[in-house]
Amino acid sequence: MSIVLVFLAVVAAIAAWWLSQQRLMAKPWLEQGSTAAFPRTESGSMPAAKIGLGVFLAVVGCLFALFASAYFMRMGFPDWRALPVPPTLWLNTGILVLSSVALQCAVFAARNGQFDMVRLGLVTGGLTALAFLAGQLVVWRQLVAEGYFLSSNPANSFFYLITAMHGLHILGGLVALGRTTAIAWRPEQRDRLTLSVELCAIYWHFLLLVWLAIFAVLAGWAAGFIEICRQLLT
Amino acid sequence: MAIVLVLVLVVVGSVLFHLLSPWWWTPIASNWSYIDDTIIITFWITGAVFSAVVLFMAYCVLRFRHRDGNRAAYEPENRKLESWLTIVTAVGVAAMLVPGLFVWSRFVTVPADATEVEVVGQQWQWNFRLPGKDGKLGRADTRIVSVENPLGLVPDDPAGQDDIVVEAADLHLPVDKPVRILLRSIDVLHDFYVPEFRAKMDMIPGSVTYFWFTPTRTGTFEILCAELCGQGHAFMRGVVMVDTQEDYLAWLGEQQTFAQLSAPAQTSSVEGKKD
Amino acid sequence: MVDVTPDAASPVPPAEVAEVELYHPHSWWTKYVFSQDAKVIAIQYSATALGIGFVALVLSWLIRLQLGFPGTFDFITPEAYYQFITMHGMIMVIYLLTALFLGGFGNYLIPLMVGARDMVFPYVNMLSYWIYLLAVLVLVSSFFAPGGPTGAGWTLYPPQAIMTGTPGGQDWGIVLMLSSLILFVIGFTMGGLNYVVTVLQGRTRGMTLMRLPLTVWGIFTATVMALLAFPALFVACVMMLLDRVLGTSFFMPAIIEMGEQLQHGGGSPILFQHLFWFFGHPEVYIVALPAFGIVSDLISTHARKNIFGYRMMVWAIVVIGALSFVVWAHHMYVSGMHPYFGFFFATTTLIIAIPTAIKVYNWVLTLWRGDIHLTVPMLFALAFIVTFVNGGLTGLFLGNVVVDVPLSDTMFVVAHFHMVMGVAPIIVIFGAIYHWYPKITGRMLNEAMGQFHFWVTFLGAYLIFFPMHYLGLMGVPRRYNELGDMALLSESAHQLNAFISIMAFIVGFAQLVFLFNLIWSIRHGREAGGNPWRATTLEWQTPQTPPAHGNFGKELPVVYRWAYDYSVPGAKEDFIPQNEPPSAYAASRGAV
Repeated sequence: MSIVLVFLAVVAAIAAWWLSQQRLMAKPWLEQGSTAAFPRTESGSMPAAKIGLGVFLAVVGCLFALFASAYFMRMGFPDWRALPVPPTLWLNTGILVLSSVALQCAVFAARNGQFDMVRLGLVTGGLTALAFLAGQLVVWRQLVAEGYFLSSNPANSFFYLITAMHGLHILGGLVALGRTTAIAWRPEQRDRLTLSVELCAIYWHFLLLVWLAIFAVLAGWAAGFIEICRQLLT
Repeated sequence: MAIVLVLVLVVVGSVLFHLLSPWWWTPIASNWSYIDDTIIITFWITGAVFSAVVLFMAYCVLRFRHRDGNRAAYEPENRKLESWLTIVTAVGVAAMLVPGLFVWSRFVTVPADATEVEVVGQQWQWNFRLPGKDGKLGRADTRIVSVENPLGLVPDDPAGQDDIVVEAADLHLPVDKPVRILLRSIDVLHDFYVPEFRAKMDMIPGSVTYFWFTPTRTGTFEILCAELCGQGHAFMRGVVMVDTQEDYLAWLGEQQTFAQLSAPAQTSSVEGKKD
Repeated sequence: MVDVTPDAASPVPPAEVAEVELYHPHSWWTKYVFSQDAKVIAIQYSATALGIGFVALVLSWLIRLQLGFPGTFDFITPEAYYQFITMHGMIMVIYLLTALFLGGFGNYLIPLMVGARDMVFPYVNMLSYWIYLLAVLVLVSSFFAPGGPTGAGWTLYPPQAIMTGTPGGQDWGIVLMLSSLILFVIGFTMGGLNYVVTVLQGRTRGMTLMRLPLTVWGIFTATVMALLAFPALFVACVMMLLDRVLGTSFFMPAIIEMGEQLQHGGGSPILFQHLFWFFGHPEVYIVALPAFGIVSDLISTHARKNIFGYRMMVWAIVVIGALSFVVWAHHMYVSGMHPYFGFFFATTTLIIAIPTAIKVYNWVLTLWRGDIHLTVPMLFALAFIVTFVNGGLTGLFLGNVVVDVPLSDTMFVVAHFHMVMGVAPIIVIFGAIYHWYPKITGRMLNEAMGQFHFWVTFLGAYLIFFPMHYLGLMGVPRRYNELGDMALLSESAHQLNAFISIMAFIVGFAQLVFLFNLIWSIRHGREAGGNPWRATTLEWQTPQTPPAHGNFGKELPVVYRWAYDYSVPGAKEDFIPQNEPPSAYAASRGAV
């Protein structure tokens, strides 16, 4: 469970940093009146949707940290047979990076008011994400063809399970991306567009990060890294 | 006002119940009287806290209940009082934790002279295995469990040939000899629990767990399963008898080893025992 | 840190929310059924939770029928018994307590107490309820599925949870249970995002964190914990579902079932336990923290005194929330995990007792020199302290690793957790319903029925669970459908069991009176007015009662003070609402 604990420690550190600015040591009964002197203690000006997405990403991060924790705990048992890394995964990773870059371009374009570019970025981002999902399916088929079935070894089970979970999150993101793209074609909703594009881009970057972490775990590099950490500590 | 009376009654009643209750732990039959002592310490501390808090509350309700013209005092906090209460609480907690951890370190440190006994759980009966003359238990594997080999001993392991197998019968232990109980299960989780010994531990299919104790008096004790193991859970009982050394040796002489049991002639009797 | 008194005199412009930002229902359906108003969603959540809670109550009667009078009721077979305890436990912990505290009270109180018009994402909030309802329906459907619901115990430990020796293990029961839990987690996450972000971003002008009522602090912290803990349940459920349906071996080692080798191999049942309790222990505090918060406000309001040591109370909530993530393995002292974990987890577990004790002291010290009105909510608050202190202290037995060895998996554990996370939080729920019912309906609950309900529930529940500890001390294991001729049992222990059962029926009956009161008082209760308890917090200052759509009038309230200005020296009334500007009292406060 050490991975999820490390993750939670990061979340706790962010929470502690935020709380430290909220004057938790103040004596509220002595402080009646307006709080104009302490502007940071009021509700923030950042859009609620952005904060909401941040909280949601913490939950998603926790979910994948737990999967990783379970992965490493299960890995210690003798029946574990690691999978080969299908080379297609490298291609998929590249496609997902492209997808993130496209959405980031859309963000810059939205901020500059270049709406054609926004549409281009959103469509490219969406199509590359779909290509990523298709690529993942290809990887699954390759593995099955080579005889790595879901239930024949826990390493296989984890591979399919974690990639499926990640794929589902991308799929959910595509729904939001679809709505954003629809907005991008309606000039009357342009005031909402920038925020929507930003939210999609943040989510995409996060899922890219999660994917890189998953890739490292599934390919076995993370296990080596943890082993080095353990040796340094002991 | 009734609430004041009831609060006092709750405290008095609980304390009297504790002192007079005929329901108390079974007479101990192992070396773990330390655990009982730790429980007693915990009872004293927690009982005092419970009585103090509830009685103080009863006093407050009596003294400060609403009457016309009353007005509450205005006191947002009292750092000194709060600090003191925190310190006193921390001391009380430490007074329970420290002895507990000392006893735990004994609990997890098996003495070198402890003999090993294996308990194997299955739905819903208890099997046992003793190491035999060589003092070593042979390897076992759930994968090779069969009617002829109910505990799944590895047939070609020489250490296992003289192991004594007791299937679905009583376990005997010699008194005053420390024993390390190795726990194994071939299906679901079980938990080897003899209330008089105070110790217990889950049995996990796929791994071996353990605990140790020294039986301190002879007698017959009931084994209960303490981890839900399916619909027969409540009926998964067994018997462990703590014998004097002579009785124990006499019982041991009547038991059969794995080698004897797996000889072809013996197969039918094993089948007879199953179900 | 420097204590600066903020500018007391300067007026603050009221924060006005533009009309477009608020969702308006257009038809009966969107107003009462597919409503996006947090208050309606709160009532939907509460009604569903109380409804399914009633099923759990009936199940508890059936359990007690069997335990008190074994062999008398033929229809309670061992299979049925294990199905009853499993469903009772799961419903109470997840579908009643979690849903009611966070989905019910959270939805109703957070926007009102922080001065918001609604939750920040009303549509997601509505989805949250409907997914919760779906989860409940899936759960209920398992009663009608072939093989019945699962009987694996609410902890659902593999391997037995998915094997034939357990009711529902190889039938639909366990599959429906796991699916229902997965749905619940998804639905809860949607709601939880709302509760958290509304507290972060939806607070009205002047509502700093340190001016929040403790109810909001409790629900907020519990929601943050739940958002981070429920994924563990989700992961455990998904993995077990794969083990059960697709034959993977996450949790399943090599196993002999009925003399046959199963296909599984190599898995780790302990892995499931770690995941389950990584959710399961925070879950205890997810239920407890809202109760802590609510009871603080009940005591303060009805004792007409500020909550003692508000800052300590807030810090304690945050510290308990954080610590509760590093104590999970105290549920696993005898699970066969590495024995050295015992040292660590016993220490963290007992440390958590310190902030918890501080909260208890501060509740009791709030009563000291108060002006205690013995209203029904106050009685429930007092009863909460008694039962919570009792249950909390027995937690010190079970948290202390070596003491847990003889007591774990006995009736002592059952008595402990029923006292501390069954009786105590439910008593708070009752107190809270008596307290806020007038705001929700505009009418008071009937006092006489309330008194009857209180006395029977409090005394009855105490009489059920206090003696039960001693059965555990004797060594009676939990989850036995029949004690039979167990050697350690005396005849009197059977009589004690029968007594406990009779008390359980009586307490259960009192809940019917409560249910009747809830319905009867909607029409026949005394008119309450806007602020019957003369409370300071914002929900009592709404222009209409029940609060209209949008909660507050044209202008949102501006907050000038903390939530506990009761009996302020020099003030005319013994309470000053949070949105009362300071000028009138500024001079008189100088002396304090």
